[in-house]
Amino acid sequence: MPTEWLMGLLGGGLIGLAAAMYLLLNGRIMGASGIVGGLVDGSGGFKSERAAFLAGLVIGPGVVVVLAGGAETHLTGNWGVVILAGLLVGLGTRLANGCTSGHGVCGLSRFSLRGFVATAFYLLAGGVTVVLAKHLWGVV
Amino acid sequence: MRNLYAFGAGGLFGIGLWVSGMTDTRKVIGWLDIFGDWDPTLAFVLGGAVGVMFVAWRIAAGRAAPALGGDFPEAPEPRLGRNLVLGSILFGMGWGLAGLCPGPAMASLSWGGGGGLLFLVAMLAGMLAAPPVRARLATEG
Repeated sequence: MPTEWLMGLLGGGLIGLAAAMYLLLNGRIMGASGIVGGLVDGSGGFKSERAAFLAGLVIGPGVVVVLAGGAETHLTGNWGVVILAGLLVGLGTRLANGCTSGHGVCGLSRFSLRGFVATAFYLLAGGVTVVLAKHLWGVV
Repeated sequence: MRNLYAFGAGGLFGIGLWVSGMTDTRKVIGWLDIFGDWDPTLAFVLGGAVGVMFVAWRIAAGRAAPALGGDFPEAPEPRLGRNLVLGSILFGMGWGLAGLCPGPAMASLSWGGGGGLLFLVAMLAGMLAAPPVRARLATEG
């Protein structure tokens, strides 16, 4: 089994542990888009808890990556694509009330129908988009 | 105390995202690129995370309340709506274009450079656009 797959499984386990901790201790669903979205548009409660979670989300890996000697996101240098993608991710996740962590990790694990439907559609749309943008148009 | 544990959960989540490769847009696009050089890593990430959370939901089912007080989240409505489908399609398109979803976009803020910051700002703008778009969709039936 390639190391990258093992790291994926290990990292996934850590993501699951974080979600389990947020559920069993704080009693909340660990959904990244919901936590930040409810804070920026003012629609969500328990604001200090959201802010604390987001601070940990930025600082935790930030410190670890410095200790590990740096990391690279390999994000496209085409800023038009970056802006369009960011807008789509922000609007889409808030319309759908969830993203990969909320609908995916927390939803699938409790056999939520909404989680399965959301995951099916964002995987499908993501796959089609990569095929079009990479193989047909060559923009990414 | 609640904030301290929330900070810890956020930190663990972010570290997991980096360890798993989710903050590397090449791996994410490689996973979505089923006609290219397909990278199955994300299946292991999702499998690992869902596996642990499956156990957590079982533990929660046997408890009256979260350890820090309050209530467990209510079961989601089983209702499937247009917003769920439309929103997930738009999200998937953005995810495929850049290879970033909301968690990794925030986790990689400290090393993602100007592009990462630009993505985050655009994502927040998209989030602010959602309530009016939602209201518009509702009035148009």
